[in-house]
Amino acid sequence: MAFLTSEQVWKLLEDVKDPEIPVVSVVEMGIVRKVEIEENDVKVILTPTFSGCPALHVMKEDIETKLEKAGVGRVEVIFSNSPPWNSDWISDEARRKLREFGLAPPPRHGGVLDVSMLDVAACPYCGSEDTTLKNSFGPTLCRAIFYCNACQQPFEQFKPL
Amino acid sequence: MNEQLRHALIQHLLAYGDDELILGHRDSEWCGHAPIIEEDIAFANLALDEIGHAAQWYAIVSELEGKDLIAYTEKLVFFRSKEEYRCAQIVELPTGDWAFSMLRQFLFDAYESVLLDALSKSALEPVAATAEKILKEEIYHLRHTDAWVRRLGLGTDESHRRMQRALETLWPYTHQLFAPVPHEDLLVQAGYIPDLASIRSKWEEKVLPIFEKCELRVPDEAKSYPVSRREHTPHLEVLLSEMQVLTRMDPDAEW
Repeated sequence: MAFLTSEQVWKLLEDVKDPEIPVVSVVEMGIVRKVEIEENDVKVILTPTFSGCPALHVMKEDIETKLEKAGVGRVEVIFSNSPPWNSDWISDEARRKLREFGLAPPPRHGGVLDVSMLDVAACPYCGSEDTTLKNSFGPTLCRAIFYCNACQQPFEQFKPL
Repeated sequence: MNEQLRHALIQHLLAYGDDELILGHRDSEWCGHAPIIEEDIAFANLALDEIGHAAQWYAIVSELEGKDLIAYTEKLVFFRSKEEYRCAQIVELPTGDWAFSMLRQFLFDAYESVLLDALSKSALEPVAATAEKILKEEIYHLRHTDAWVRRLGLGTDESHRRMQRALETLWPYTHQLFAPVPHEDLLVQAGYIPDLASIRSKWEEKVLPIFEKCELRVPDEAKSYPVSRREHTPHLEVLLSEMQVLTRMDPDAEW
């Protein structure tokens, strides 16, 4: 029997979603850092978005189930902080999906997260940049609450990190 | 890494993790009780963040101990007695009023921002990476608490009075955060951790100008602290009994 290739594993991982934002995959969010294959065993290295993210262990279990179903012998999912997760890693495609979902994607900060970046969000509904941060803390660790002054809608943003 | 160094490092990492965990638990006590809903949400987020940070430090401890990550973390959190905890007394104190909780969080956030910045240059790669990770998340905390300290300090007579009272209670407890830990010299020499005295001066540069601006007077007390991180206030035992009771009732329960 042929073992799964690296490409096939990455492809399977694209079906594993972030349970708090079910439109984007763990791959598009930059959460999966590395896949190592040794014959029929697969090791997946994940990095948490926010350290306290309660969805992380759900993602780990979803990955294990997904790969085991695909015939992988031993699945090992491990967490690593080096390098720490960076919101710039969120792909363009995922940014589009986040907007469609009603979540403003984080502004790109180029690697250095400065306090001035925390107030910046473009409205996912009308695209206006005339927005006001209402609360840096929202319904999940990764979301902030904004208000759009142009279309007068409150909205949430995936926080830059 | 020799055995003495490894042991000292573990005790030190436990102190980082325990500070985060116990402060996180205290923060969680505001859930449903904060003055406005935005702050209720904010404190619940702070709580979850701090508990997440604790888990990050415990993960390194688990690795150094060669133990299973999840099982060992559970053991550290739910099955240690107060004598085995290494948290500083400042995080043990009950929530108090809004000014007290906010000021404690600010003092701690400012301490963490300085400490983590130094730790991100640790010679131990997992320590450096974890510090760098937590530091980014802490940007949100410090900005929030800094704004609240100013708002309350510069607010009404009543808010200023409460901030002053909180500062007088909390200030003596801050000394313990910078007190030398056992074998600190070895750890500093190995490049694993920064010298805590240097952290203190950088911390003072962050907090003192804000107090001055808000006309909050730092008490000039005799430095009766620091005490060892093995000594705890009676509040810790109460907190632990509440935090641990359910798990201890049925350690094998799955949910």
